[in-house]
Amino acid sequence: MSTESLDLQKLVFGRLGPDAIPHDPIIWATFAMVVLGGSAMLALMTKYRVWGPLWRDWLTSIDHKKIGIMYMILGLVMLLRGFADAIMMRLQQAVAFGDSVGYLPPHHYDQIFTAHGVIMIFFVAMPLITGFMNYLVPLQIGARDVAFPFLNNFSFWMTAGGAVLIMASLFVGEFARTGWLAYPPLSGILASPGVGVDYYIWSLQVAGVGTTLSGINLIATIIKMRAPGMTMMRMPVFTWTSLCANILIVATFPILTATLALLTADRYLGTNFFTNDLGGNPMMYVNLIWIWGHPEVYILVLPAFGIFSEIVAAFSRKRLFGYASMVYATVVITILSYLVWLHHFFTMGSGASVNSFFGITTMIISIPTGAKIFNWLFTMYRGRINFDVPMLWTVGFMVTFVIGGMTGVLLAVPPADFVLHNSLFLVAHFHNVIIGGVLFGLLAGIVFWFPKAFGYKLDPFWGKLSFWFWQIGFFFAFMPLYVLGLMGVTRRMSHFDDPSLQIWFVIAAFGAVLIALGIGAFLVQLVVSYLKRDQLRDLTGDPWDGRSLEWSTSSPPPDYNFAFTPVVHDNDAWYDMKRRGAQRPLSGFKPIHMPKNTGAGIIIAGLSTALGFALIWHMWLVAGLLFLAVVAGSIYHTFNYKRDYYIPAEEVARCEDERTRALAAAQA
Amino acid sequence: MSLQPTLATANGADAASNETPVFYDNGDHHPQQGTLLGFWLYLMSDCLIFAVLFATYAVLGKSYAAGPSGADLFDLSLVAFNTALLLLSSITYGFAMIGAQNKRKAQVLGWLGVTGLLGLGFLAVEIYEFAHLIHQGAGPQRSAFLSSFFTLVGTHGLHVTFGIIWLVTLMVQVGMHGLIPENRRRLMCLSMFWHFLDVVWIGVFSVVYLMGVVG
Repeated sequence: MSTESLDLQKLVFGRLGPDAIPHDPIIWATFAMVVLGGSAMLALMTKYRVWGPLWRDWLTSIDHKKIGIMYMILGLVMLLRGFADAIMMRLQQAVAFGDSVGYLPPHHYDQIFTAHGVIMIFFVAMPLITGFMNYLVPLQIGARDVAFPFLNNFSFWMTAGGAVLIMASLFVGEFARTGWLAYPPLSGILASPGVGVDYYIWSLQVAGVGTTLSGINLIATIIKMRAPGMTMMRMPVFTWTSLCANILIVATFPILTATLALLTADRYLGTNFFTNDLGGNPMMYVNLIWIWGHPEVYILVLPAFGIFSEIVAAFSRKRLFGYASMVYATVVITILSYLVWLHHFFTMGSGASVNSFFGITTMIISIPTGAKIFNWLFTMYRGRINFDVPMLWTVGFMVTFVIGGMTGVLLAVPPADFVLHNSLFLVAHFHNVIIGGVLFGLLAGIVFWFPKAFGYKLDPFWGKLSFWFWQIGFFFAFMPLYVLGLMGVTRRMSHFDDPSLQIWFVIAAFGAVLIALGIGAFLVQLVVSYLKRDQLRDLTGDPWDGRSLEWSTSSPPPDYNFAFTPVVHDNDAWYDMKRRGAQRPLSGFKPIHMPKNTGAGIIIAGLSTALGFALIWHMWLVAGLLFLAVVAGSIYHTFNYKRDYYIPAEEVARCEDERTRALAAAQA
Repeated sequence: MSLQPTLATANGADAASNETPVFYDNGDHHPQQGTLLGFWLYLMSDCLIFAVLFATYAVLGKSYAAGPSGADLFDLSLVAFNTALLLLSSITYGFAMIGAQNKRKAQVLGWLGVTGLLGLGFLAVEIYEFAHLIHQGAGPQRSAFLSSFFTLVGTHGLHVTFGIIWLVTLMVQVGMHGLIPENRRRLMCLSMFWHFLDVVWIGVFSVVYLMGVVG
């Protein structure tokens, strides 16, 4: 009898028990803050009765603009978590010398650097990039939504579900101690028997489904839904880079999914893919994961290049220099990104000819990337440059990213890589390109397109402050790591013996504090701008004298984006329309066919997230039931044939009249 | 129609033509349907999952760990029978699509039913084969070769399973609503899925079974 009830308890709760709560004052304090802050927020939301509107207008929304904004919010919230991890590591490394062991025990430190990497790539950079693509692509190509609006909502909630799982690992159980790519055999069941690697696997699997589907969605959108006249070579550069990034997503995320599934089989079923026994081969995992992992960095940076291309043209008041070469460079980078993965492990021992091949392909990538840099410089050349905040980020990017690119070319030389492999030089390099490239691009884009999404500009003073703290903080935080790396200091250490190294880590920690101030200034900028929104208001919808179609709409754009689909005659479609005096149609509106909101996405994604949690904790009975629920829910959803409706012509006319009045007020 | 087409200023007109450019569509523009392209993209992403499994099999397929090899284990006549079932099911699905073209609901449902039964037969044989291997002590834990064999073949089998669930769902939906455009589009998607699984199976049959018995 008692064994039976024990078995039932195991089937329902699996490994989950009271000891799953970590015994660590830092985590308790965090947990207390989350509980207090969370309940205060929930109470406020209940008091102001926002639950209904929140559910109807946002959570169930299939409007690409709202989904884009939700992606951005997710990314920014997770940025704070990821940065908290970063500054904890900087602090630990600045103090843990000689007799001092610092304040983080190694098992905790290892979780922090793993979580930092995973969160920053998957739950900060990816949601922010996807958010931009969601918001902008349909507007830039003159479409009313994406090709599959429901799938878009579902993709977002799967990404959010992955983030929920990784946040849960902070308070229930532990996270992986393996580094952000979880190489076996360290991530195998023998070396990592706990739930940490399982949290890693299932949070990425849940989010990965969302990312793949969103990639398919945006490719179909760009191929099928462009406005009349917009040939491929008339697409805005941001749309081009989005197309290439999404092609890379569809071409690589399934590889991540399959690779993690094989690791899961090793851990859950006892197979021998990546074990050291019975014929398994851990380097198989390392190859596969980097076949996904290298294109991944281009998935992140290509859309950032697109953002800079839009900004540099708008703020230099010139057509982008070398549009065609920009497109070709993007496509070449897309293809080459698939041919360089082995440079992440030259030390594997694959031999001189293999290493030479991958070293050379890696160096070749710097050619199209360099071409892009020259295109931006030539766009600025003889332009009337307006050094507003987005342009500051762009110039800061060009300086920072070129340095990161050059250290990348250094690392591409196999003999040099044998020395620098796994050192802080590498850590400095990839932060140099990801912060200097991707993050600066995202922050530039936020300032640039914020007025489009919310109808008022961001306050420039706090924006400039944030830029300078970030820019200077970046150099303080990462230049010392180059020095340390050249001295042979390896990455992922929680303690050092040699006291002569300490000064460099202290400088790096100072840099991290400056970056914290930069993030703080950014948050203050959001608050201040909201408070000053009437002064910063933009009624035209085109505050920067923009060039692509998103600036032809009101800010924020109406649900249907365009009352009449624009007809495109030029690369810079909206600039061309302004130049040739296009008149906005003021009458003759027709009903507009739009997709309907649905709660199916958040419900199915919620069930999938719970399924992930049950699998992490080996709650087999619960997992089985949840799996059936996911399948049944998906099938049930397919029985819903009434997925669209018409916005009546009167409603369109009302929106457009409001826009007419706003434009008149802006003129006055 | 009171919509005023927007007029260009004289010197800004398209150089290529003398017509004044139209900057806004008259409201009749409808974007193309993207479902078939989207589904095809999904299939290509699925194809990459199989590519990973094939690559893994190619690397680990000879790592027997002193255990049995393909030549010891595979029963080619059983697999040939199974292959015949799956290939036949592709033909019967094709007949269902001909029925859909001709708007014959009964024909569609009938051939879909036959397709589903052939799929179930394929799965039954596969499950028998797996059970037999595991019973012999040649389960997925035995060696890297068997791990990659079970995963590749089993993933294909899982796809067939979901294909059958989808097929039954679609039969119910065709029964309820008839061959409306949505259902014909769904039939087309499942058709691509089903033939895709056939193509993958041809790869499995050649690379795993035929080459396994030879090697």
